[in-house]
Amino acid sequence: MSEPLHTLTLAELSRRLAAKQVTSEEVTRAFVERTRTVEPKVGAFLHRDEADTMAQARASDQRRAAGKSLGPLDGIPIGIKDVIAVKGQPLTAASKILQKYISPYDATVIEKLNAAGAVRWGRLNLDEFAMGSSTENSAYQTTSNPWDLTRIPGGSSGGSAACVSAGEAPAALGSDTGGSIRQPASLCGIVGLKPTYGLVSRYGLAAFASSLDQIGPMTRTTEDAALLMQVLAGHDHRDSTSLKQAVPDYTAALHAPAKKWKLGVPRDFFGNGLDPEVRASIEAAIKFYQGQGCEIVDIKLPHAELGLPVYYIIATAEASSNLARYDGIRYTHRSTKAADAVDIYFKSRAEGFGPEVKRRIILGTYVLSSGYYDAYYLRAQKVRTLIRRDFENAFQQVDAILTPTAPTPAFKRGEKSDDPLAMYLSDIYTISVNLAGLPGMSIPCGFTKSNLPIGLQLIGRPFAEADLLAMGRMFETAHDFHSRRATL
Amino acid sequence: MPQPSVDIDYVANLARIDLTAEEKTRFAAQLGDILAYFEKLNAVDVTGVEPMAHAFPVFNVLEEDVEQPGFTPAEALLNAPAQRDNQILVPKVVDDAS
Amino acid sequence: MEFEAVIGLEVHVQLKTRTKMFTRVAYHYGEQPNTLTNPVVLALPGVLPVMNAEAIRKSIKVGLMHGCKIAEVCKWDRKNYFYPDNPKNYQISQYDQPLCLGGGVEIELPGASRNIQGAHRIVQLTRIHLEEDVGKLTHYNNDSLVDYNRAGAPLIEIVSEPDMHNSDEVFAYLTALRTNLVAAGISDCDMEKGQLRCDANVSVRPKGETKLGTKVELKNLNSFSGVRNGVDFEIKRQIAAIQKGERISQETRRWDAQLGLTQSMRSKEQAHDYRYFPDPDLMPVRVTPEQIEKLRKELPELPFDKQRRYQKEWELPYTITSVICPDRELSEYFEAAVAACGNPKAVANYIANDLLRELAAAAPMGESPLTVSQSKITAATLGGLVKLVDSGAISKQIAKDVFLEMFQTGETAETVVDRKGLRTQSDTGALEKICAEIVAANPKPVAEYKAGKLTAINALKGQVMKQTKGQANPATVDEVLKKLLG
Repeated sequence: MSEPLHTLTLAELSRRLAAKQVTSEEVTRAFVERTRTVEPKVGAFLHRDEADTMAQARASDQRRAAGKSLGPLDGIPIGIKDVIAVKGQPLTAASKILQKYISPYDATVIEKLNAAGAVRWGRLNLDEFAMGSSTENSAYQTTSNPWDLTRIPGGSSGGSAACVSAGEAPAALGSDTGGSIRQPASLCGIVGLKPTYGLVSRYGLAAFASSLDQIGPMTRTTEDAALLMQVLAGHDHRDSTSLKQAVPDYTAALHAPAKKWKLGVPRDFFGNGLDPEVRASIEAAIKFYQGQGCEIVDIKLPHAELGLPVYYIIATAEASSNLARYDGIRYTHRSTKAADAVDIYFKSRAEGFGPEVKRRIILGTYVLSSGYYDAYYLRAQKVRTLIRRDFENAFQQVDAILTPTAPTPAFKRGEKSDDPLAMYLSDIYTISVNLAGLPGMSIPCGFTKSNLPIGLQLIGRPFAEADLLAMGRMFETAHDFHSRRATL
Repeated sequence: MPQPSVDIDYVANLARIDLTAEEKTRFAAQLGDILAYFEKLNAVDVTGVEPMAHAFPVFNVLEEDVEQPGFTPAEALLNAPAQRDNQILVPKVVDDAS
Repeated sequence: MEFEAVIGLEVHVQLKTRTKMFTRVAYHYGEQPNTLTNPVVLALPGVLPVMNAEAIRKSIKVGLMHGCKIAEVCKWDRKNYFYPDNPKNYQISQYDQPLCLGGGVEIELPGASRNIQGAHRIVQLTRIHLEEDVGKLTHYNNDSLVDYNRAGAPLIEIVSEPDMHNSDEVFAYLTALRTNLVAAGISDCDMEKGQLRCDANVSVRPKGETKLGTKVELKNLNSFSGVRNGVDFEIKRQIAAIQKGERISQETRRWDAQLGLTQSMRSKEQAHDYRYFPDPDLMPVRVTPEQIEKLRKELPELPFDKQRRYQKEWELPYTITSVICPDRELSEYFEAAVAACGNPKAVANYIANDLLRELAAAAPMGESPLTVSQSKITAATLGGLVKLVDSGAISKQIAKDVFLEMFQTGETAETVVDRKGLRTQSDTGALEKICAEIVAANPKPVAEYKAGKLTAINALKGQVMKQTKGQANPATVDEVLKKLLG
């Protein structure tokens, strides 16, 4: 019991709470104090309500004392990406346009966390409206990668990744549209899971791209991700895209005997731009799985390289429509310089949105505009079908697909922010997974010589999260990358 | 496929965002690059391929016509930038039909 | 040169469901501002739409009633535009795969006079689709206020082909549509409550020309007569302009009922670029033949079909059917009364001549007439009254008084008749005695009758009826008097 509480995994904290070796108040205070200590360096939180969080912790202890504990998550602090609605709390989406907005309702995932007794801890930084791969697009503050404070934590869930990586919470919720859970998880050395599209409710997630967004867990281990997925997954009648799929016991799947899976590797896709150290780490991981009796199959994903243009057409088109509601009229920032009613839109949005958001709204509006729909949006949706078919064909031969999560480790702040296309290319391995609606998980699989984390991605069949977690656990139990901690 | 150059003024107007002259120039250039990148898609043969409207197509996701509780006016206007008489206040809208 | 007008109507109808189209908060007219909202209505960050099953069913029924083809599969699209009453700044609608295609509305044109049935024809429909309503903007001197109560209410948009040619047809079309939709419980179609809204597309062309002229969209047509007058004005305006050599601009014009003219609206975006795309938040709708048949069984008889049936089966005249058939409640009442007594013409006359008059008179000052459901005379008791007359138990004259009494008290005809002792006296003996007395007491009319003035008998008859308080059987009185007078 000598290690600080903030260094323990969610599962271990849960065990100690259940065994009454520790109280939620003690656990939560440990994370609150850890946060106070390292936040000046990390900058993961946009907002903290310590009083509210401690009150939740005390309520958890009261439940437990009365024998009414709500389950493994009861009393565990969980960080919330500032794009998920919590009643009575701010929701800025890291944008000035929602600077003063307080959400009057809870997202479904928050209702589920509440029902599980979890302790909500803070609002975590992100790229504005989840648009970005470095969290540099936040209108409020910089978040630093705990492994190297001159580098970015990835994005858009950079705050969530840095928070967990720095020990400010044992787990956090992120959201993933083109890699926004997996890529920052990879860059910060933690586990990040994007569920199958439709498995976790989007009700209460400020929408970026409706056909691509999913909320998912960001944790230190696969066991922790399983515990969090158990609470998050499940059909929601308030989300028409939510699917009526039975939710398996993810924890049981983790502890089931390991299988000799067939893993597909799309080597053609490991093109230029893949950092040699990342490549080496991935090859070592492939050898490891081989050594465990898994068969490695070379597969082809012929249309994968088209994922980026397809993604940027569909995602920006949907975003341009989803962000129209931020208009200065009902609940957002309203410009004081507007000349008339119509001008409220023009000025409030100009003042409230950052450059990347403006760029994507303009691009999305353009591809949908008169005369361009067929050439861009319709064509992109057709190529999307082809991308999906590539995966379906691959899954005839293999159980999961293994790739790097990101082509490079964390890059320096400012390195790519002037070149949108270069920034977009950092999503090359993750994007197609969202387009196909498949589950994808990143786990730590190595470090560079400069001690920067490297992640590997496992992509599964629809609703195969249990398999992915088990595959990840197989790697985890034989390595210690996930238990290393940044010095802060 | 049309030349990848964006009529920035038209699109910014549709999107209701005031862009500075500098932003217009910068965005037009950046978007031009991005659209040129999109040209890759033209090489793909999509004959007979259906657009992927939904990840897992399902039909008739319906709810019965049963009332659920809603907001009070106070809740509805919690974040209102300007209000009067429990309604959202805006400068006079002039081009309305009614 | 002679011109003809070509008119198409876009009618929006608010469906009479309990909750809104894409969220389950209630909707009804006339509530305090912003009391019928929730996160979805207000388009807060993170909300999502969920379809209303009853709205779909009602919309299918509208399509079936009007002979439309119901799409096997239809989907939802986003119509993107910014406006303060549009919370998401897009409206969920249906663009290229609507719920219903084709179909037609049977209309009845005015006849030569009010009592003569006019010609019928079918106005073709293009399509019917579902969408959501927007909020309400109210304008003041220096600002405007937005109320989102109405935002999200379910609407169907019924689009006609440009298949009407004058304002009479337009008026008849709206009337028929409203009658059909009210009969089927789809909507109350009250224009004052915004439950039915109409935009008209009007163009003119030289008579005989097949190409369509430039069409002008008319808005702010707030009543049926407003639609009629607005269309009339616009037709005249366009013809006058063309005759002066002017070109008609394709534009939107606003009808001003006060000034009695249409005015060009300040130019908005020329052609709206709505950037339609399929809504990724909603799944498509699939309608099976079984579902269609089930809904078809729930449809009421269409008013014009009913009119044809009444005219054929019961030979009721247009003056009667035009009153009863458009009103579902009234026609159900009528048919129940007929079932009770088997005399459709008599029942119809009571309804048309007496019942409706009394229902109007009984309403409080300035309010609409009571409905048959509020009538103290039920279909059964009305049938009972007719049966009593048909059996000879009371005369038609007496029946009128009995009717009024029944209307006040709700008693059956039998009860009133017995209570007031109104049965027709057919006891010949007593009657002969009275007739003899009257003949004896009235020598003048007797003499006139005998002299050949046959109508003089009526004075005697009148006195007999008076003596018997109207309860003598008039035919018997006639017989007895004639016998006495020889």
